[in-house]
Amino acid sequence: MKIRYGEKSATSFQSMEFGKPLRINDVTIALHPAGHILGSAQVSIEYRGQRVVVTGDYKTIPDSSAQAFEIIKCDLFVTEATFGLPIFQHPSPHNEINNLLKSISKQPNRTHLVGVYSLGKAQRVMSLLREAGYDRPIFIHGALEKLCDYYSSEGINLGQLRKALVQDKETMKGAVVMAPPSALRDRWSRRLMDPIICQASGWMTIKQRAKRSGVELPLIISDHADWNELTSTIKATEADTIWVTHGREDAIVHWCKLNGKNAEPLRLQGRDEELEI
Amino acid sequence: MKRFSQLLVTLILKTSRNDKISVLSEYFKYTPDPDRGYALGALTRTLSFPGIKPTLLRTLVAEKIDQELFNLSYDYVGDLAETVSLIWPDTTPSKEKLPSITEFISDLEETSKTKLSSLISSFLDNANSDERWAMIKFATGGLRVGVSARLAKTSLAAYSGYLLEDIERVWHGLTPPYIGLFEWLDGKSDIPKIQHTRTFHPMMLANPLNTEKDFDRLDPNDFQAEWKWDGIRVQAVFDESSKRLFSRTGDDISRAFPDIVGELNGKAVLDGELLVGDNFKALPFNHLQQRLNRKSPTKIHLKNYPAFIRVYDMLFYNDDDIRDLPLQVRRQKLEDWMERVRNSRLDISEILVFDNWNRLAELRTEKADTLGHEGVMIKDLQSKYSAGRPKGPWFKWKRDPKFLDGVMMYAQRGHGRRSSFYSDYTFGIWQGNELVPVGKAYSGFTDEELVMLDKWVRNNTLNRFGPVREVRKELVVELAFDSAHESSRHKSGVALRFPRINRIRWDKPAQEADTIETIWSII
Repeated sequence: MKIRYGEKSATSFQSMEFGKPLRINDVTIALHPAGHILGSAQVSIEYRGQRVVVTGDYKTIPDSSAQAFEIIKCDLFVTEATFGLPIFQHPSPHNEINNLLKSISKQPNRTHLVGVYSLGKAQRVMSLLREAGYDRPIFIHGALEKLCDYYSSEGINLGQLRKALVQDKETMKGAVVMAPPSALRDRWSRRLMDPIICQASGWMTIKQRAKRSGVELPLIISDHADWNELTSTIKATEADTIWVTHGREDAIVHWCKLNGKNAEPLRLQGRDEELEI
Repeated sequence: MKRFSQLLVTLILKTSRNDKISVLSEYFKYTPDPDRGYALGALTRTLSFPGIKPTLLRTLVAEKIDQELFNLSYDYVGDLAETVSLIWPDTTPSKEKLPSITEFISDLEETSKTKLSSLISSFLDNANSDERWAMIKFATGGLRVGVSARLAKTSLAAYSGYLLEDIERVWHGLTPPYIGLFEWLDGKSDIPKIQHTRTFHPMMLANPLNTEKDFDRLDPNDFQAEWKWDGIRVQAVFDESSKRLFSRTGDDISRAFPDIVGELNGKAVLDGELLVGDNFKALPFNHLQQRLNRKSPTKIHLKNYPAFIRVYDMLFYNDDDIRDLPLQVRRQKLEDWMERVRNSRLDISEILVFDNWNRLAELRTEKADTLGHEGVMIKDLQSKYSAGRPKGPWFKWKRDPKFLDGVMMYAQRGHGRRSSFYSDYTFGIWQGNELVPVGKAYSGFTDEELVMLDKWVRNNTLNRFGPVREVRKELVVELAFDSAHESSRHKSGVALRFPRINRIRWDKPAQEADTIETIWSII
């Protein structure tokens, strides 16, 4: 949090270990891994035998750059729904990384500029590339630096990273360069020669959307649960009541009702990230 | 289909024109007949399967997935083919091979109507989501992958080394799977022969004039000028036994205009503007629209809105292809021919007399309201008749637009690149205390403004009627338009010609938008 939001982003900090409950009066609070990014947590709140779990952002598929999601059985489950439509069925991330590697070997003279959120997505894509055996240096935008350093210090293998500098134009030919999505079409990208614009995001499922954002090689790699993960997680929690927030609530609420659960949309102001790409 | 789906996925994501051409050239070069010819037909929209309609797909999907979940998804994606392809449940890969394009077509054609849905269903089951998307696009037509028919033909020229111009000249006489065309392009035969008095010939189009740049370098003595009429561009193609009228895009509209077609005599291909009115006096566009709206006219329509063509060019004179002759020679031949045949439905376009550009500028505005034209055309006297929109020989110089402030009333989703965005808007103006619609506009804004407009529509929706949203009557937009006419189609009694958004007036209160009286003063 301090790296992302600054040393003074909160007046006091108290760290909690995963799975270790904290009791405040009659309420017991515990954090459990959400699998979204390194250290992301679901919050479980217990009071007089009733348990509420608030997921925050999560995904349930394996990711070597984050702790694995845990199913916590509960009475009220508050779930995100960023990809809460049945059209969102993320393919295997390894498959997407293979597409990137194939494109690199097919066009070895072009720089592959991959748009990634600087926290989480960047490090996930790096570790996926390393797992797939890609061992060349990866060039990064300045905004990624501190967070990558932190991930490395936590033992996540990101391999050799180098800063993407103007004078390295020639060296970056054929290399993988990573930058936040906002830098893809900004002046920053002029330091690259004839780049292929890639973007790693769950939104890339929709072709017209990828096209509109000028992405030539969409990589459907998401840190949010897709439709199948959302619905199977809801089932596994065995909760009777589901509150749905963050995205496409309507479809998940509808699905819950079809499956005999109480469900309500919980709309948070200004929390739709649809406009971010 | 596998190869074709890869082609479409690559094409939709490529932004550079040259990249698209090289991808297409490679496809045409290495794909066997007749697959490549059918693919070409799909890309250029010359292939269609009338039996496969969006409702058929919706019915199929309804068997697989909850209706409400489908509707929410479709509303989100905005494109039927893409929604169906993504939402269709992936089955474990079956052993059945995906059909080739040719097998796909023959299966569709040989299957009876009752068994068509189960056939399509099994095709979709055997495919992955990209392949499903490609099959649906292929079968329903309108690929929307950022490739125009022109670009597809440019790629044919690129792979074969022949000129685009030559391909264009035979194109409309040929049909999928274009075996003869590819034989020629592969260098195995001569250029295919077409019947020139039976087929549409691609039209030559003009570029808008840039008054600041173009006049300095153009000599008025090299050009002829004519009025630019507000009708529709047509091509009359006829000989002794066949008489046809084509629209600008090559659609056969003969049946809608029996009054013209019945009078055609001789053998020629003519280019001109279709208008309605008595004694060659053109009525405003909305009168012509009465005729355009129907496939065949009633007696009353024929009487009230008699059609004629104001002819301005000639492509074939009897059997002679005269497209490579200079405009002034073609014009002379046209005048001779018109003099000889004396046709009551053909009127020759008047040549305007001017000796400098300032004089033409005066002409452009001075008779605009009495004659009802929309500006002038300026054409190089030496120009050949070349298909497409070549830069340089022909210019259009439209009248300056008029403006008014309208209030957004309804919004509808766009298509293709704009699917999932509310990009088509209906605007109204005040008639007393009530807003009455005057027209639709879907252009004139930037991509950033589109995002803002879309967001505004979503946050200010009052009602939904299918794909249409009614919005709060609060957003004012300055509309630019060419002219205004009486119209019985709109509640307001007026219609705007070519309305587009000139400026979004986020700042302006709706009460200060224009009133119906303002428009009546323009008419």
